[in-house]
Amino acid sequence: MKVERAKLTWLERLYIPSILNGFKVTLRHFFSWKRSEVYAEKQSGYAAKLTMQYPEEKWPVPNGYRGAPYLVKDEDKNTKCVSCQLCEFVCPPKAIRITPPGQSGEVDREGAEKMPKEFDINMLRCIYCGFCQEVCPEEAIYLLKDYAITGEKREDLIYNKEKLLSLGGKDKRAYDHHSQDGVTEGIKKWEKKTKEAKAQPEFH
Amino acid sequence: MLSFVTEIFVNYPWLIVLVKVLGVFAVIMPMVAYSVMAERRISALIQDRIGPNRVGIPFTKVKILGLGQPLADGLKSFLKEDFTPAYVKRIFFWMAPAVSMIPSFVVFAVIPFGSFMGAQKMVIADLNVGILFTFGIVSLGVYGIVLAGYASNSKYPFLGGIRSSAQMISYEIAMGMAVVPVFMLAADSAWQSNLTGTWKDYLDGVGLLNLSSVVAYQSDSLFSWMVFKQPIAFCIFLIAIFAETNRLPFDMPESETELVAGYNTEYSSMRFALFFMGEYAAMIAGSALMVVLFCGGWTLPLGVTLDPNGYFSTPASSVIQGVLHMLVFIAKIAVFLVLMIWVRWMLPRFRYDQLMNIGWKRFLPVSLANIILTAVVLWIIA
Repeated sequence: MKVERAKLTWLERLYIPSILNGFKVTLRHFFSWKRSEVYAEKQSGYAAKLTMQYPEEKWPVPNGYRGAPYLVKDEDKNTKCVSCQLCEFVCPPKAIRITPPGQSGEVDREGAEKMPKEFDINMLRCIYCGFCQEVCPEEAIYLLKDYAITGEKREDLIYNKEKLLSLGGKDKRAYDHHSQDGVTEGIKKWEKKTKEAKAQPEFH
Repeated sequence: MLSFVTEIFVNYPWLIVLVKVLGVFAVIMPMVAYSVMAERRISALIQDRIGPNRVGIPFTKVKILGLGQPLADGLKSFLKEDFTPAYVKRIFFWMAPAVSMIPSFVVFAVIPFGSFMGAQKMVIADLNVGILFTFGIVSLGVYGIVLAGYASNSKYPFLGGIRSSAQMISYEIAMGMAVVPVFMLAADSAWQSNLTGTWKDYLDGVGLLNLSSVVAYQSDSLFSWMVFKQPIAFCIFLIAIFAETNRLPFDMPESETELVAGYNTEYSSMRFALFFMGEYAAMIAGSALMVVLFCGGWTLPLGVTLDPNGYFSTPASSVIQGVLHMLVFIAKIAVFLVLMIWVRWMLPRFRYDQLMNIGWKRFLPVSLANIILTAVVLWIIA
């Protein structure tokens, strides 16, 4: 096929109009300090370019995001985990290691059944699959919104029970994060399961 | 103590040259570093990004607009692995970065970057064939690129080298021809014989092809700048400098979108950095040449009202004045550097047959016609 070339005028062949246009376009972009729509809601107020200046500005993490798995506490700030080791069993990369309390069964409060002596998650191994959260009968472990897991040594990235509990916290984060209907209450033990059971016809 | 120092300098005149060389080098190297920084920031802003703004003073939390970035870049290139691929032609491979960097620095030897500091004229080698020397040295830079392309024994560098040589033959002649009218105007012995004041010392024993005489010619007013007297020559020379320094729209030897990285594809670490520094030093040298030839060098024509004593337009009689003249020169260079960086994000790359077309069929005839035109005008005036 023969492509017809556009016949350029004498002025166009001098390139000068195109060069001037080039100056115009580049200048316009140089001085444009509009923020893109993505960050508009968060950082309205100060002008910037498209670049998100990461550690200071962050993406809004969507609900249901599978970030790092943390242990959460119930509304009374008690450890929910009962050391059943289901998450340890189900964890595909074997990132979780639980040391059960043994026969002594030490617990930190009256009336508690059982709780882990040690609970380590190796964040280097974790693949953020969410199986631990799904399998947990106590709703004690949740994948929260944290995604920037950093450390200076390998040991820094093996999170122990205290760290996991403090990072998971008692706050409503886990519940908000995973709530389907947007109702925000404290994390209630067995709430979801009770709801499911109540939905069944032969529940009394 | 002071007399002792002067005695040394009087007894060993080459020491003064050494001090000047080191001084120029100490100014050029940071300028190279910060023109890389400027390139990154300006290109980022033109592309609606922000660019490097993090690195500040080392070991503190002070971020001064990311002005510490060049330091980090330099350190990084020292720490990288210096990799020599198998099957390269080793001697040439090792030579090429130096061959491409040294000429860009040598050009500064003849450039008058200031007026006087004390009794010393601020030019390293006050050659009477300054402009010829410049053209001779500037062209050598291409050999580094061709050598790198050949020695790498790899197809993309090879293509880059070929393009570079094709590019050189097409712009160099037009570039040389463009400068001829400038010297036809400046190399006029009539005005040189009736010089006054410090100009007399400045142009003492200076030949007509010396770059300082071009500066002196342009010192009267803004409209005696060669940009206004020789606009065609300026345009051709400007475009030739773009081709000379391998800047877009003529960055054919490198053309990273087509040839990976062109001639420096196989280079890493400090050797790559040498190419890089050579490129930016060539940009600075080219800008300096343009400032000297077309924009009045270190002079600043402020006019009779603002500057009645000619503080900025006659050679310095005090040290402060000398320093100010050098700062004016650097500021003018910076303007051209920004222009070069700006144009990079404006125009698409020429094909190399198009560059040859422009060089041979357009610029060469136009510059020849310009010479004839200038000659005719000078003849009529005389």
